[in-house]
Amino acid sequence: MTTASRSNPYTKGSTTAQIILNVFFIAFSLACILPILLIVAISLTNEKALTLQGYKFWPDHIDASAYQYLFKHSETLVKAYGVSLTVTVIGTVLAVLLIALYAYPLYRKDFPFKKTFNFYLLITMLFSGGLVPFYLLYVNYLDLKDSLVALILPGLSNAFYIFITRTFFQQTIPEEMIESGKLDGASEWRIFFQLVLPISLPVLATIGLFTTLMYWNDWFNSMLFINDTDKFSLQYVMIQMIRQAEFFKTQLAGSGVALMVQESVPTESLRMAMVVLSIGPILFIYPFFQKYFTKGLTIGAIKG
Amino acid sequence: MANPVPQAMNTKLATPPQGRFGRLLHNIVRYRVLLLMLLPTSIIFFINCYIPMFGLFIAFKNINYVDGIMGSPWAGLDNFRFLFATSDALRVTINTVGYNVVFIISGLILSVSLAIAINEVRNKLASKFFQTVMIMPNFLSMVVVSFIVYAFLHPEYGFLVKHILPMFGYSSVNAYMHPNAWPYILWITKMWHSIGIGSVIYLAAITGISEELYEAAVMDGASKWQQITKITLPLLTPIMVILTILNMGGIFRSDFGLFYHVTLDSGALRSTTDVIDTYVYRGLIQLNDLGMSSAANFYQSVVGFFLVIGANALARKLNRDTALF
Repeated sequence: MTTASRSNPYTKGSTTAQIILNVFFIAFSLACILPILLIVAISLTNEKALTLQGYKFWPDHIDASAYQYLFKHSETLVKAYGVSLTVTVIGTVLAVLLIALYAYPLYRKDFPFKKTFNFYLLITMLFSGGLVPFYLLYVNYLDLKDSLVALILPGLSNAFYIFITRTFFQQTIPEEMIESGKLDGASEWRIFFQLVLPISLPVLATIGLFTTLMYWNDWFNSMLFINDTDKFSLQYVMIQMIRQAEFFKTQLAGSGVALMVQESVPTESLRMAMVVLSIGPILFIYPFFQKYFTKGLTIGAIKG
Repeated sequence: MANPVPQAMNTKLATPPQGRFGRLLHNIVRYRVLLLMLLPTSIIFFINCYIPMFGLFIAFKNINYVDGIMGSPWAGLDNFRFLFATSDALRVTINTVGYNVVFIISGLILSVSLAIAINEVRNKLASKFFQTVMIMPNFLSMVVVSFIVYAFLHPEYGFLVKHILPMFGYSSVNAYMHPNAWPYILWITKMWHSIGIGSVIYLAAITGISEELYEAAVMDGASKWQQITKITLPLLTPIMVILTILNMGGIFRSDFGLFYHVTLDSGALRSTTDVIDTYVYRGLIQLNDLGMSSAANFYQSVVGFFLVIGANALARKLNRDTALF
């Protein structure tokens, strides 16, 4: 975090207070991490041990067979990873670009239609048509059932991120910079791409992280619009797994290995291994964005 | 670019064009590039938000897939009559509002307290570590969270069921069959998922408070507690109000994933876990009951709108500066 606690001699508490505080936060941190570790532990436990001893934090023997199994047999996993990755990458790049493109004119003081377009955004935050018309529009009129577009398009409209980005522009980009760019004969596009975007990296990274997470973690649009098993996202495969104990067996039946493995499918640990594999990428990208995170959050909370 | 008029020519115009329409046209030409930048997102908002708004009238139609939205006959208030005639409407409304009120109030108190507490941690490295870890649950999707809850509550293997409850003399318990336990389970889950990230927002605001205020207070002999109640809390109030207004506007909406996935959509739990969102979804997707679903949808959207407006008006009355718009 960029904004760590201050070291202020005047407000310094007693040592006892510090110890109590630290103990409390260590306990709180454990409460945040341990449930995730339980999932990891289950995924690494032998199926037999699970049925005998239940879910435990510390498996007696580490057993990676669930992972081996996933890598060897699961076309489902590979496809789902592909879908999630495609949607996340395309969605995030498009969303960040479009958000910046919309926020920039709203920041320009000389732009006469600023109020109109601000209002256009504000309305979407106040009033929504809700699920039913949205669903009918996508399915009956835009014909997006079983299309990856239906997974990307809904995430592209986010008024809140646009307001955050505009506020960032207002706070960090001096109007004079735009003026001098114009005097040098740069076109509006050039000013936007070569002057504004490069110095806006902190906010773009913050928005980028939020959008990446949103797309990677999205299951709702899959649930609404996707029936074709080849287009299941990772999250949707997991929904199937927790609801239908037989999901993996039926999926494998299609891939021709069913007879060989039917007896030994480690269903319980397999599910959790899948969950671990879906969290992995998030924990991997987090450090890259982390330093921008608090800044972005604070700007978001400031009146837009 | 669509319009070939060079920028230089516009600036050469000696007299600005006269009349409202002339000025408008002049501005459109002059700012055509900026307008072009706004275009794609404007279209997306039109598709995702504006068209569905006009679709709200579906609630007044007796809709069927054959005739389409436009061709289906009008139903007047029949859909609403059916909806409110059942006990469903009352139940899902009470659940939705009840959960949201509890979540908003407890989330606010816990996040602010955590932020104030972590601000007092003097070891910078430890403080950073705590913050990093506290945010982590928020990065997990509700589907993953549902697996975590399931890992604790699985009727045979669950960690709580198998290892903790036996210590208190309970044997196998299937939580997914006990509706009365779920307000607590959902509350814990929601707080686990959200207070860490909530506190980071408040922490950022606290670190923005001027040092001098605290120094002056210490000079005057203020205790730690007085510093918190007389300086920190009042200065955090605007941000607390704004975030609460935003949340109150959503009081008729809920975290769909929490109520749908974490409960595994278990029919036995509906009395305490069904909210408007899950009700609308089930009506639309599982039961294909468009009439009831669109009526509930309309009810949710319209009441939600008035709630945001009302909450904002309230904030404006309390303090002009804290209102959202």
